[in-house]
Amino acid sequence: MGIKNFVHFEFQSLPENVSFARACVGAFASQLDCTLDDIEEIKLVVSEAVSNSIIHGYDNKPNQKIELTVTIHEDHSLEMIIKDYGKGIEDVEKAMEATYSSDPSRMGLGFTFMKSFTDEMDILSKPGDGTSVRLKRSFLKEHDALS
Amino acid sequence: MDIELKMIRNTLIIRLKGEFDMLQAEKIRRQIDDKLQEEQVHNLIFNLEKVSFVDSSGLGVIIGRYKKMKEKDGSMYIVGAQPVVEKILSLSGINKLVPLFKNEQQITKI
Ligand SMILES: Nc1ncnc2c1ncn2[C@@H]1O[C@H](COP(=O)(O)OP(=O)(O)OP(=O)(O)O)[C@@H](O)[C@H]1O
Ligand SMILES: [Mg+2]
Repeated sequence: MGIKNFVHFEFQSLPENVSFARACVGAFASQLDCTLDDIEEIKLVVSEAVSNSIIHGYDNKPNQKIELTVTIHEDHSLEMIIKDYGKGIEDVEKAMEATYSSDPSRMGLGFTFMKSFTDEMDILSKPGDGTSVRLKRSFLKEHDALS
Repeated sequence: MDIELKMIRNTLIIRLKGEFDMLQAEKIRRQIDDKLQEEQVHNLIFNLEKVSFVDSSGLGVIIGRYKKMKEKDGSMYIVGAQPVVEKILSLSGINKLVPLFKNEQQITKI
């Protein structure tokens, strides 16, 4: 299945950039035939992944780099890859468990939200090298599938 | 994000406006906790009418304040959550612990 459109950008690991990243992806995703609710959910998912890179990946260090690639595929799916070069995740299975957090003051809900609002979620992570989260969501409508 | 804190007798009303994410969470948490230190708060009301976005960072502040209130046998209420925000509250399960109301008037009636 081919690619219809993509954007790729990188930004500094600053809290200010979380809203920038989700607004950008939201605007890009609106090229798909989707509802405002869908866009809100996409924005949430981006917010969770980028926040994790800043908070956990980089321990809030402000001068690091986050890369974001968003692709609209011919099959009306939206694919997002959020990549950092931070500390990585030792145990990905455990990290994905609902309510697990390495920080006692946090809720451990980020991955649960990402999973709830997408169809596919893969996490590639290597301690010391960084983390890449791939999220994909299909917006194929029934009438598209039939035609 | 704007925050307005208002004490009415022993009820603290927190009116938030804007997007409640990690950029805001720490600042908002600190302001609320300072107020909880200074005043005798028995009831806490989060007014989310003007909150257009919340993620796990914002939610963490809300749930954390619930735990604090529970520790000292106080009550907490959430008011005016927009559908996008309410969806997130439900997914987190906080809606089972904290009553949700449409507006502040609804609470003062009970
Ligand atoms: N990019 C990342 N780099 C390093 N560790 C990560 C990264 N993303 C997630 N983690 C680890 O996975 C755990 C679970 O992440 P998740 O987003 O589900 O919860 P949280 O961020 O701890 O809490 P919340 O999202 O509710 O604020 C984190 O506590 C952290 O240990
Ligand atoms: Mg998180």
